[in-house]
Amino acid sequence: MSNKPSTDKNTFRQGILDGIPIALGYLSVSFSFGILAVTSGLTLWQAVLVSLFNLTSAGQVAGLSIMTASGGLIEMAVSQLIINLRYGLMSISLSQKTDKTVTVPARFFLAYGITDEIFGVAAGVDHPIGRRYHLGLMLLPIAGWTLGTFIGAALGAVFPEFLSNALAIGIYGMFVSIVVPKAKHNRGILICVLIAVSISALFYFEPHLSSVISGGFATIIAAIIAAAVGAAFFPKDKEEDAA
Amino acid sequence: MNPVTFFIYLAVMAGTTYLVRMIPFVLFRRKLKNRRLIAFFEFIPYTVLAAMTLPAMLFSTGNIYSAIAGFIAAMIFSILEKSLLTVAIATCLATLAVELVFKFGGF
Repeated sequence: MSNKPSTDKNTFRQGILDGIPIALGYLSVSFSFGILAVTSGLTLWQAVLVSLFNLTSAGQVAGLSIMTASGGLIEMAVSQLIINLRYGLMSISLSQKTDKTVTVPARFFLAYGITDEIFGVAAGVDHPIGRRYHLGLMLLPIAGWTLGTFIGAALGAVFPEFLSNALAIGIYGMFVSIVVPKAKHNRGILICVLIAVSISALFYFEPHLSSVISGGFATIIAAIIAAAVGAAFFPKDKEEDAA
Repeated sequence: MNPVTFFIYLAVMAGTTYLVRMIPFVLFRRKLKNRRLIAFFEFIPYTVLAAMTLPAMLFSTGNIYSAIAGFIAAMIFSILEKSLLTVAIATCLATLAVELVFKFGGF
């Protein structure tokens, strides 16, 4: 196969090195997910399998709540589709930076490792992305994500309830820490987020709505309406002026 | 959870998540041009996280007071733009403090 000329940073080894900070960050987030999963009713190995096969924080928390509420399979599929829609966009974006070593068969596997953070690093480096680099970049984060879930789930199963409760809320704290700083600096995101929370609260507290619409669909509807309203009023360019 | 039920859920969940990543990576190579569509995709992660967090976070501990304490801590440390881990630890500690008051404080 004819490789595009690429710099010596486009290697498996460099990918592994660039993945270390992501893996360390994933340990703590997935630790929280592990705790939340076992306190919600999954077994330790179920929690680990969810993390290994999904590799996504928000999608897993939503999926977990649908599982434990005995939600429908369509609800599960639609929620994962919407919540993880951004990965599709990242895939398109990353596609334009890959070199010729990223063949179609390679894409079938490498696609599994596209997360916010892995994409962020891959998008930020100043060389094309080869399949060896991409593979190296995703390996440690996958290991960290899975191991963190294992540790969290193992401890969550033996900790007393009040301690598990206090740790299980940690993943929501992390979600707050992702959203709030962005909303602080970007008016479009701030308004979207306020709309999303308002609709979500309406579905939760309004007795008729909450009896008809389950939690998974409520999240999807709230997120889509809020993002659509935001996109209508803050399209990409203007929104950057406002920020 | 019942293993059969679990694996059906897991298959649908992981299958959908994988396809969302794989199909565009294999098929599409062009950039989005529509400014509103780009904005929509930029906003979606934040609206999803926001809708998932509130109000569910406030009912996640089974004790609304400990959860509110955790939420307030998360907001304060997030507005101060502390790291993800710092915010998570602050959230857990604030929740734990109130849980302990309820457990051992004679309420």
